[in-house]
Amino acid sequence: MIAVQDRASVVCHDSRPMVPVTATIVEIQEESSNTRTYVLQIDDPALRSAYRFEPGQFNMVYVFGVGEAAISISSDPANNEYLAHTIRHVGSVTRAIARMKVGDKLGLRGPFGHGWPISRCRGRDILMVAGGIGLAPIRPLIYAILANRGQFGRVVLMYGGRSPSDLLYQKELAAWRDDGQMDLLVSVDYSIAQWDGPVGVVTDLIKRLRIRPDRTSVMVCGPRMMNRHVTWQLLRLRVAPDQLFISLERNMRCGVGRCGHCQYGPKFVCKDGPVFSYESIREVFGKEEI
Amino acid sequence: MDKLPLHIVRRPELDRVFGLLRDNGYTLIGPTRRDGVIQYSEIRSLADLPVGYSDRQGPGSYELVKSETPRCFGFVHGADSWKRFLFPPKRRVFGASRQAGPQAPFDIDDLRSPPPAYAFVGVRACEIAAISILDRVIGSELLDPYYRQARDKMFVLAVNCIEPGGTCFCVSMNTGPRVTRSFDLCLTELGEEFGVEIGSERGAALFKQLTSRPATAAEKELFRLLLERASERMGRHLETEGLPEVLRKSVESPRWQAIASRCLACGNCTMVCPTCFCYNVVDSTDLKCRKAERWRYWDSCFTLEFSYLGPTSVRYEISSRYRQWMMHKLAWWHDQFGTSGCVGCGRCITWCPVGIDITAEASGFRETAPPRAVPATPQQAMPS
Repeated sequence: MIAVQDRASVVCHDSRPMVPVTATIVEIQEESSNTRTYVLQIDDPALRSAYRFEPGQFNMVYVFGVGEAAISISSDPANNEYLAHTIRHVGSVTRAIARMKVGDKLGLRGPFGHGWPISRCRGRDILMVAGGIGLAPIRPLIYAILANRGQFGRVVLMYGGRSPSDLLYQKELAAWRDDGQMDLLVSVDYSIAQWDGPVGVVTDLIKRLRIRPDRTSVMVCGPRMMNRHVTWQLLRLRVAPDQLFISLERNMRCGVGRCGHCQYGPKFVCKDGPVFSYESIREVFGKEEI
Repeated sequence: MDKLPLHIVRRPELDRVFGLLRDNGYTLIGPTRRDGVIQYSEIRSLADLPVGYSDRQGPGSYELVKSETPRCFGFVHGADSWKRFLFPPKRRVFGASRQAGPQAPFDIDDLRSPPPAYAFVGVRACEIAAISILDRVIGSELLDPYYRQARDKMFVLAVNCIEPGGTCFCVSMNTGPRVTRSFDLCLTELGEEFGVEIGSERGAALFKQLTSRPATAAEKELFRLLLERASERMGRHLETEGLPEVLRKSVESPRWQAIASRCLACGNCTMVCPTCFCYNVVDSTDLKCRKAERWRYWDSCFTLEFSYLGPTSVRYEISSRYRQWMMHKLAWWHDQFGTSGCVGCGRCITWCPVGIDITAEASGFRETAPPRAVPATPQQAMPS
């Protein structure tokens, strides 16, 4: 385990950032037809207890002999015993993970990158906008906010999924809403008979909400087009460019700004992000094929 | 120039330099003639150098020719660069092994063979600049111990370019032709003799063992004139003033499509570039899935796979890939590492199969841009 950051919140376990440590799958939760959440325990007790992550950070998850994928951490940052990755099985590595069972071993490197800037948002309203698997890196943020609920104003999650059966963490989200801890607006691209919520794109949900732009911090994570349109729409509602935070996804090979794959204009998504303020990436944001 | 601490040694002394370096445990790497090009490989003596050869370079063309003057270093660089020794094109990252199936714990070893102590012979000013750029990019022990160790051990026997190549533009990038930093000894060919400058204590210790004499006033003047002339005879020029800003404003220019209509996306420019640092990793196992390895290879932002994400690639169009490469080199590198990513060596021009010239293409963006393709804007996308 390693984190190549000069940040106090991150524990630097040793000097081998390119070498994974092993972790065991202790639980597999079905989320949807092609998405599961894997609860992992780092095998080495010393590394396990030293491991800390910030909401929004990611690990490089290694499958023996197959390869690595950059996957955000989706569990509660206060849990020092276990961590979780919600994984959609789409590529060679994630499909290999789909074949794994409880008790199997994975490799982990991380945590890498800069997460959601929670400390800069105290006292403010929080609007989280997630699309599809983009909810995974937002969930640790929700845990962190709810753990100190009194430090924040209104907390809203807008979540768009493909269909009702594709929505992640449904029971947990409903429980938080029912407890009155946060507002929840969910829409789906297409519906089934049992669905009585809105159908459409997640950006339509923004129109249902009266936000206080000068007091609101926004956290966005979803597909590229969703990120783009949500960001533009919120700018039009006068949310400050330095209070709009977007988590980006890129191909990554190293996690530490060395392999070059994740470049996004002048930024390395792995070490400068994956969470960026709109302000910091506006030079290239919304431009095609950057 | 009168105070220039220039010494003169006769040509055979170079063999003594090589011998002394070898006695000190160095592996000598220098220019050799292979497959009709200058390639850096292990040398033992003066006789291994391509004495009497010169090169003719242009966009998409390279020719090594017999020269009338039998100079030791009468050519500039070929496709090869010292990057190949400091950051090898292919290297094992780690091996993993386990005794049984997926439930068995696995061990990972990242045993590394230390790099040899290299003495690089004939390093040009632009190449020293390239190494100093790589130092900023991959110089940390944490990111690449091999690079750091190779870099710390290396001995640099530099050579001043008195005959720049047809695609050279080091003067524009302020990296040459004169070697001014990060060398141990620097040679300048003055007829049958070498002018020698000393750049380090290691260099001085070696130099003390040579037969030399101080340069005369005439030789110092000759040295000055040769380098001045070399500066004036650059094959190419790139106006760098304000260039990053010009390019930043051109991200959506249709010129990228015009370049892409010629670009083959072959990646040659990235392979020959002495500062391109991207790599890919490839994992494999034995048939029983008990032993696995990860290898690191040079990668190129010109491949479709480089930006693979989900079902497709971010940079699908060749224009986007060329833009990534040039914007990175000439604009975004400044943000990332506080320097340009280009040293003006001209390799990317010479080795581009269709002769795309970075100096011409970058300058093109200074001209009044043709009408832009209209991109989506927040206003259009979000009607009130």
